[in-house]
Amino acid sequence: MSESDTDTLLPGDPERRHFLEKTTGVVAGAGVAAAAWPFISSMNPSTDILSKATVEIDISKIEVGELKTVEWQGKPIFILSRTDEQISSSQASMGSKIDPQADEERVLRPEWLVVIGLCTHLGCVPTRKPEGWFCPCHGSRYDNSGRVLRGPAPHNLHLLPYYFISDEIILLGETKEQI
Amino acid sequence: MSKIIQWIDQRFPLTTFVKHDLGEYPTPRNLSYWWNFGFLAGFVLVVQIISGIFLAMHYKADAGLAFDSVDHIMREVNYGWLIRYLHSTGASAFFAVIYIHMARTLYYGSYRAPRELMWWTGQVLLLMLMATAFMGYLLPWGQMSYWGAQVITSLFRATPFIGDEIVIWLRGDFAVGDATLTRFYALHYLFPFLIFGMVMIHLIALHYVKSSNPSGINLAAKDNIPFHPYFTVKDLYGLGLFLIIYCLFVFFSPELFIEPENNIPANPMQTPPHIVPEWYFLPFYAILRSVPDLLGGVLAMGTSVIIFAAMPYLDRSKIPGGARYRPIYRIMFYLFIIDVAVLTYLGAQPPTELLTVVGQVATFIYFAAFVSLPFVSKAEEKWLRRRGLPPAIEELIRCEAQERSAKSGK
Repeated sequence: MSESDTDTLLPGDPERRHFLEKTTGVVAGAGVAAAAWPFISSMNPSTDILSKATVEIDISKIEVGELKTVEWQGKPIFILSRTDEQISSSQASMGSKIDPQADEERVLRPEWLVVIGLCTHLGCVPTRKPEGWFCPCHGSRYDNSGRVLRGPAPHNLHLLPYYFISDEIILLGETKEQI
Repeated sequence: MSKIIQWIDQRFPLTTFVKHDLGEYPTPRNLSYWWNFGFLAGFVLVVQIISGIFLAMHYKADAGLAFDSVDHIMREVNYGWLIRYLHSTGASAFFAVIYIHMARTLYYGSYRAPRELMWWTGQVLLLMLMATAFMGYLLPWGQMSYWGAQVITSLFRATPFIGDEIVIWLRGDFAVGDATLTRFYALHYLFPFLIFGMVMIHLIALHYVKSSNPSGINLAAKDNIPFHPYFTVKDLYGLGLFLIIYCLFVFFSPELFIEPENNIPANPMQTPPHIVPEWYFLPFYAILRSVPDLLGGVLAMGTSVIIFAAMPYLDRSKIPGGARYRPIYRIMFYLFIIDVAVLTYLGAQPPTELLTVVGQVATFIYFAAFVSLPFVSKAEEKWLRRRGLPPAIEELIRCEAQERSAKSGK
């Protein structure tokens, strides 16, 4: 039955009916979207996963020049105790043209580099090399400030919020201002 | 018995269905063995669903238990090793059969009118198959499972603006974890049934437009023969050959399709030194790696899968029979197959400077084949017509035109 048939068969104002049909459609659409929301939202991280947001790390046992990898929010975190040579060479450059950034903006204390240990390309864990890191998946390279030197990675290794509780303990997941 | 069937037939078109779509279904008499692979794909789907359901009876989708439950299936469950190897080898068999099925369609130009919807429903089936295989690969929770899922879910980071949120939403965690494993298991169980439904649509479309055939034209009624017994027998013979090869792998080298690295439990803190996807994803993975930019790489990879859907429009030639009567298209077809083989090889190699360049060349050729096709196919048709088509083809085209005008005259 075409629309014109209904128009002649049913009494009343067709304009009005079309308006009501459209309004009903919009309301139904909004209802479906609202009903879908709990399901979509249920796929986001649950509260127990969110509650593991911070972790305290003892850094007193890390030798100078040593890399310690710890877990935070299921991700590997690189904590690198940098040598003087590594600090001076990192401060001397801005990384590469891909994502230039000063070393000072990437560390709280120059002797400690704390970054998320996932390649910013597709999330592999880069392997440690003397000059920085190398990603085995697609060949990205990073320097000792976690800055990308060669693609395909589009960004430097991501930073995370952290602060030094003392000289021996750092807290991952929060900055000092938040307290 | 006949009374029961009569009772059913008054309420449901059972006899008509069996007669029209199974027994007397008209099938071109010139179908070669390349036309067996659709049936074989359907067979493998059934093998995967059955073996998968029995694996699910013993598998545990929990990050703490998954790896050991696969070990339990392999060592302790009666014939667990057989069911698992049928399933893991079946995944490779599925892709092998589907890729041959697609290659046949490309070679003979079967994607052309009126079979565009066959080709597109097939394209959707390929995407669903890829998604199912990818999610299934996470379930053993080995190192390669874990890092494969980590890398592929990271691809969605390329989504503009909300990339990071999308990735977290897909994983249900900040990195691939227990939440990811459980949802992949749920969806890996669901998808085969969606595929089954899509196959039904694929078949309804097939029975409406009927099978293509090596000549590339719609044959006159006299050139069709009933499906049963001619093609039931032909399909069963092909199935026998397929099962011999499949069983050789299942019983003699099932580990060929399982990366040794995947026998190490998943470790979120350490990426294996060399990540390789399963062989059936290698060409697309090589294309992803060839583009030195995340968004560009993801787009190139996505396009390389989807672009097949454009074939009915890219191929402008009206000469029937695909590569069979078209020498230039035939050369392009074989070059494309070689290019895909090169990409497959490259996808499995560690990234080096030289191989990256080779990969970029192969990626360029891959897309150039599609982009140049409209011009090449047009020029080729002009050249072929100027040279004069072989009389046999002229005859075929004339017959088809006659048949069509007779039909429209009715």
